[in-house]
Amino acid sequence: MPMSGDHPILPRPSLRFVAVWRRNLLVWRKLLVPSMLGNFGEPILYLLAFGYGFGRLVGDLDGMSYMVFIASGIICSSAMFTASFEGMYSAYTRMAEQNTWLGMLATPLTLDDIVFAEAIWAASKGLISATTILVVASVLGLVSDARALLALPVIFLASFTFGALALVITALARSYDFFLYYFTLAVTPMLLLSGVFFPLQELPDWVQTLALALPLAHVVEIVRPLMTGSWPTSVWPHLAVIVGYGAAAIILATALIRRRLLR
Amino acid sequence: MPAIRIQSLCKRYDGTAVVDGVNLEIPRGEFFGLLGPNGAGKTTTLRMLLGLTPIDGGQVDVLGLPMPEGEREVRKRLGIVPQFDTLDPDFTVIENMRTYAAYFGLSGPAVQTRIDRLLEQVNLNDKRGARIDALSGGMKRRLTLARALINEPEVVVLDEPTTGLDPQARHHLWRQLRQLRASGVTLVLTTHYMEEAQELCDRIAIIDHGRIIACDAPSRLIAEHIEPWVLTVGGTDAGEVLERELGPKDRAHQVADTWLVYTADPDRLRERLRALGREPTLREADLEDVFLKLTGHELRD
Repeated sequence: MPMSGDHPILPRPSLRFVAVWRRNLLVWRKLLVPSMLGNFGEPILYLLAFGYGFGRLVGDLDGMSYMVFIASGIICSSAMFTASFEGMYSAYTRMAEQNTWLGMLATPLTLDDIVFAEAIWAASKGLISATTILVVASVLGLVSDARALLALPVIFLASFTFGALALVITALARSYDFFLYYFTLAVTPMLLLSGVFFPLQELPDWVQTLALALPLAHVVEIVRPLMTGSWPTSVWPHLAVIVGYGAAAIILATALIRRRLLR
Repeated sequence: MPAIRIQSLCKRYDGTAVVDGVNLEIPRGEFFGLLGPNGAGKTTTLRMLLGLTPIDGGQVDVLGLPMPEGEREVRKRLGIVPQFDTLDPDFTVIENMRTYAAYFGLSGPAVQTRIDRLLEQVNLNDKRGARIDALSGGMKRRLTLARALINEPEVVVLDEPTTGLDPQARHHLWRQLRQLRASGVTLVLTTHYMEEAQELCDRIAIIDHGRIIACDAPSRLIAEHIEPWVLTVGGTDAGEVLERELGPKDRAHQVADTWLVYTADPDRLRERLRALGREPTLREADLEDVFLKLTGHELRD
């Protein structure tokens, strides 16, 4: 098979991936204002509108104010959105529209380096977005203590997973329109069913089972306690789901993109 | 050790052989041309050379290293000018150079000096801060070449580097390539412009249907494969006239409404045609004539 004939199945990125990551960072710095508006302005609007508007109707949830509840959820969902966007629209532009990756392949970089760098970059953007929201949330008095900082490495890992999943979709995409399938069939259901806006327990059992089969619910399960001044009841099973999705996605994305570009 | 050695190279797509047993050896310091109609297998061969396409059969060694296993080490020592523009539109000219250098792990003052020298060399020094979409096609090509030289490569591979350039820009690029050749760099070029290949290359391979059908110095290809002279005769009825007047060793070929006569003895035929009131033009046969003879006149898409 041309796909695996000359390459091992598993990705073998090298430290050279940092140069690709830095390239994306430099471009991002040039477009800082519009980029931050999208990644940060929108979630803050959701937080304020739902928190203040809806929060008055809801009162307390799980022993915390609705504003606190939703702040910890929106940190997770904004990381998912930011990393997914980066792994789809932006990565696709670099792959298919601007031939950026093709240019990189004329240097000692390999496709494994590039795909890995894109996933790490998506993770970085998810982290940037979550961090800015965390700052705003703590200014608004919605964060209990310094334990919230422990949420950030979890967010980084989760963003890597969402970025890698998005890269799988990018590998299969023939145009930007294709991403709507993934947003409608995966990202939006995760957003609504993973305990971001209301507790997972409110949903029928089978929906809960479905939600727990997807990564976002597990991110919320770890991050919400850390942001609200307690320890998660369990960490490793949730982390295992996030890491499992991430590992499978980066392997699949690398293999599919190799097959697409190195033919 | 040659710069490039290709043995029995094969590539199939969906069961169709695109590269079908190519053998090539390019010594260091040579300016080598790879010519062929569209779809002949040029770009696929180049891609296998660079480690960008898996090899289905045979062996490719670049600078003594097997491909694609050696892709990282080989590409460290190679300069590549791709067929399509891959400049980074989010960066200025100088940022493009710096970012590309970083892909090779190159940074610091020494690289900055090298970048300045390369931009000077391709006449882009006053465009350092310009955005890529503000550059002309010729400037983009020059920047692509400068970028490909950032790692001081031992071999430079150019896939149709002058397509779409005006004559001035083309001649400027030729001058750059000759300088590289003079400094001992091995060059591999694909092009559709025969006069370009004839002008620049020490040796040329003509590839068609995935096989090399001729490989030699341009002058020897012409001497071996084609009659030395070409008479061009116009007019719709030229065919009938030529049928009567053609010598036994002459070859006539119709292209649209003119006829090309390949001959070793043009004087006799020219006199005969002149006597019949025709005004044939005479020129020396060139590489394009060889190319068309070997690969045929039918359209390729």
